[in-house]
Amino acid sequence: MNDRIIFEDVSKFYGEVLGVNRISLSIPPGITTLVGPNGSGKTTIMNLMTGLVQPSDGHISVLGLTPADQMELFSILGYCTQFDFFPRGLTGWQFVLDGLMLHGMEEEMAVALAGQAIERVQLGDAAGRKIAGYSKGMRQKIRLAQAIAHHPRVLVLDEPLNGLDPMARAESIALFQELGRQGMHVLISSHILDEVDRIADRVILITGGYLIAEGSIHQVRQEVHEKPMQVLIRCDHPELLAAKMFAINHCVEARLHADGKGVFLRTADIDQFYSILNGIAADGLVKIDAVAPADDDANAIYQYLIGTEGSPS
Amino acid sequence: MTQLRLADRARELAQQPWGLWWLQAQRLTRIELRRNLFSWKATWIYCLAFIPTVIISIHMLVGRHPSFAIGEDTNILAGIVQLYYIRLGVFFGCLGIFSRLIRGEMIERSLHFYLLSPVRREVLLLAKFAAGSISAVFLFGSAIVADFALMYAGFGAAGSDYIFNGPGMGQLQAYLLIVVLACLGYGAVFLLLSMMFRNPAPAAMLALGWETINPVLPSLLQKISVASYLRHLMPVAVGADGIFALLTVETEPVSGWAATAGLLGLIAIVLAYSCYRIRTLEIRYSTE
Repeated sequence: MNDRIIFEDVSKFYGEVLGVNRISLSIPPGITTLVGPNGSGKTTIMNLMTGLVQPSDGHISVLGLTPADQMELFSILGYCTQFDFFPRGLTGWQFVLDGLMLHGMEEEMAVALAGQAIERVQLGDAAGRKIAGYSKGMRQKIRLAQAIAHHPRVLVLDEPLNGLDPMARAESIALFQELGRQGMHVLISSHILDEVDRIADRVILITGGYLIAEGSIHQVRQEVHEKPMQVLIRCDHPELLAAKMFAINHCVEARLHADGKGVFLRTADIDQFYSILNGIAADGLVKIDAVAPADDDANAIYQYLIGTEGSPS
Repeated sequence: MTQLRLADRARELAQQPWGLWWLQAQRLTRIELRRNLFSWKATWIYCLAFIPTVIISIHMLVGRHPSFAIGEDTNILAGIVQLYYIRLGVFFGCLGIFSRLIRGEMIERSLHFYLLSPVRREVLLLAKFAAGSISAVFLFGSAIVADFALMYAGFGAAGSDYIFNGPGMGQLQAYLLIVVLACLGYGAVFLLLSMMFRNPAPAAMLALGWETINPVLPSLLQKISVASYLRHLMPVAVGADGIFALLTVETEPVSGWAATAGLLGLIAIVLAYSCYRIRTLEIRYSTE
């Protein structure tokens, strides 16, 4: 279990205010996203993991190390926080280099690693300038550079795409994917659910300090048995298909696609649904062009589980 | 059993990465000095340190300096050290320098960068304390040396003779020792107060009050004071009238070595408690 990030029954209270309550997690390597509305406890989980706040209860271990093992932990962990503040008067280069020098490495090596990290986030030209003059996107990038400069095994990123332009966003996502493929733990919090979908191996849904669901997006979707699932079927006779499905299967909702060449069907039993759909296709009554889950993404799951107001449904 | 346990503990201590901690502490101190030694925000502290220097300079330029007045000027210099530097200049200067080290970073929301580095928090705290001490000693030490030089410069050959062939050099060494100990003592206290209170200024005012009334407290309570130890190290006794007399009361004679050791012990206790506090320090900028 030493390759996992483990939370065992962890709670955190800020005085009488709940941060997170009885969170248990076991996170394997790969990209994991923490999803939840503002104030749901995402940052608290990340801060607990890195010892910036102490748990009121429970136990945390990161690849076998506790947050109290500061020297060992931060040799293998990089944390790009969402705090958009920096030590005064530093250039981007000094900021990254200072962080590396505190690892106790030779200056030559620190210089080489700082250079690599800054190039990796494509901030080479601005590295010599004071951070105070950086744009928000540049500040985000230099924080990311500092977090990855020492080649950590665990990378914790709190809202890392905030403030980035579309190009920088795509580059960052590509970088996260590359790091995930290399076997790193990449833990990302984000409220930009479309992006979560594309990059995450696993998702952790949290709201009001409570863990709602955890696993791959598909697994999480499976866990939501009581929630009907929506499927988009592209076909030549969507009305006929909808009528057939309603007659045989317990579909709970049907809605024609705007272009009239498909239908959204909502079912409570997806296995039976596909079996019946195959039968209809085999009968040749309807020519089916494509079938795709319409809500098997994080956004839909999130809406199901948490509701638009951020309260558990 | 106890001996075995002690031996285990000693072996455990010897196995700690002292070399790495030392290297990290040096680098942290360097970073801190680069950031904080010269800063516009600290201008008021420079003024605090060099106000007497300016006054003594004027005195040197416009005053008359017959050689028989050396004794009087020596007493004035001793008064400046004891009544101004120790009571006000170093006190408030250290409040400004040391309360910024942790609390200032909390207010600027940049402390987490240090706490997320692979450095033990105790090493971080002690390195910051070292950086603050170097800044304070550099500033107030320079001021004392300048004050001393200017005070006797006006006397010409008699002044040189007093410094190099008389008691002058010994007095300067004593003043420098007092300033170093004052910076370390007040520094440790204000570093701790800045971790305990969001705004350490009211607590510092209480500390100032405590230091002021300390000479009339019972002898046990006198030991919990920076100024009480420093009084015993003064090379020249300062006589004062009125309210100032309270600041120069010496109730219980203590040798210089005992005073120095006592103050260093007090500093060690305060720093040890600060190390304990920083172990459990949480980053909650929203409450700052």
